Amino acid sequence: MRALPVGDDALLVEVASGEEAQAVHAELLRRRAEGLLTVREIVPAARTVLLDGLADPARLASELTASDVPPAPPRTGDVIELPVRYDGPDLADVAALWNVPEQEVGRIHAATEFRVAFCGFAPGFGYLTGLPARYDVPRRATPRTAVHAGAVGLAGPYTGVYPRASPGGWQLIGTTDAVLWDPARVPAALLSPGTRVRFVPVADV
Amino acid sequence: MTDHAFAVVRAGALTTVQDLGRPGHAHLGVPRSGALDGPAAALVNRLVGNPPEAAVLETTLNGCAVRPRSTILVAVGGAPCPVTVDGRPVAWGAPVHVPAGALLEIGVAVSGVRSYVAFAGGVAVEPVLGSRSTDLLSGLGPAPLTNGAILPVGSLTSLHARVDVAPQPRPPIELVLRVTLGPRVDWFTPEAVRAFTSRVYRVSSASNRIGLRTEGPALERALTGELPSEGMVLGAVQVPPDGRPVVFLADHPTTGGYPVIAVVRATDLPAAAQAVPGTPVRFVAVRRR
Repeated sequence: MRALPVGDDALLVEVASGEEAQAVHAELLRRRAEGLLTVREIVPAARTVLLDGLADPARLASELTASDVPPAPPRTGDVIELPVRYDGPDLADVAALWNVPEQEVGRIHAATEFRVAFCGFAPGFGYLTGLPARYDVPRRATPRTAVHAGAVGLAGPYTGVYPRASPGGWQLIGTTDAVLWDPARVPAALLSPGTRVRFVPVADV
Repeated sequence: MTDHAFAVVRAGALTTVQDLGRPGHAHLGVPRSGALDGPAAALVNRLVGNPPEAAVLETTLNGCAVRPRSTILVAVGGAPCPVTVDGRPVAWGAPVHVPAGALLEIGVAVSGVRSYVAFAGGVAVEPVLGSRSTDLLSGLGPAPLTNGAILPVGSLTSLHARVDVAPQPRPPIELVLRVTLGPRVDWFTPEAVRAFTSRVYRVSSASNRIGLRTEGPALERALTGELPSEGMVLGAVQVPPDGRPVVFLADHPTTGGYPVIAVVRATDLPAAAQAVPGTPVRFVAVRRR
């Protein structure tokens, strides 16, 4: 583990894997919940956790690097179920990349329990991990100029759902009617880091 | 609709509602947003007796014009500009009474980029996640002003310590940004780091509330791989593939995949918000506090 200073009051904790990043994130949330850590933002990402708004980043850096971070606690709490139709325009391409028949893509995807590793790109956009590494896919060579809200896509090791229409380069395999982001709702984001997620196929109507 | 409101007569190039922003939601992908020149927004609020969290208007280069429906105390600050009420010049940087139905015009900035307009009681649009700020990256908060729009104004519950005049810094002729190197300075060649901290850049006209873009020597990378997305802070100097540093401002994305060579001191960012395109920029490396 490395703790890199960022400006005067932030720290970027860097680890070797996504699992370790989730463990560090869980540990930092625990410390904050217990009043042991005062910080404005805790932002997990692929291999890092950013702590922004610290009074003494140097002291926290030496504390963190000197201590062993316990593994992420077992997955508890509710599983958010997202209804999905596996009808995306890139289903055939993904099936070819996975070397499976087209109808298998949805079956494999829906049989996976995902976890929100981190959020970003847009409010409510979660980067979901859970698929084995053999199902990693590249982004599309040419991003689409418009992807509709609710599109379910794959990129690298991640699954994501577009919270609103936007340009995007992910391989689209399906569609959900779930509302990922609603600022008038509490909480506004359906998915936040650590949330467990399952995709549940629904019949086409 | 209530009389506590104003009509937008001329929206200007880009006029948005801004307050202190919505920090604390970065882990959900929500930018912090908020007034780019925070001290200027705080000052105009004090001039009309508003609390610091009251929402103000932030204009871009060519001001705006509004017509309050009831008599109201306003103050204009930030980028210096002519201010008129029904065509008659009034004070910039001081509280001004605007009669009901009169036309308040905030003119083209004489220097600087962003003027701030406070209304006693604050702009009272519906808050989103605790803030009334327009976030241009993710589209949260009220839309930028449009001609004919009506915006509500709150009522002052108690008068906060009001000031009548206050000094304001001049927009920069040369923008000097103090930076602490890292977290990804090792992704660049030593020559690139030297160029970054010694050569002169210029503010690009492609700058916006998301980032201050620069033109100048391209910074060459020592590591050419892909950096996994990581959290970004306000003031981060990200270097995209074209090698030209971008300083992240209030509407910056919460995560990013280009290496951050350095971070600008927070106290130097208000000046960055007022630097017009073409302004020379120097990045000066300082020790971490």
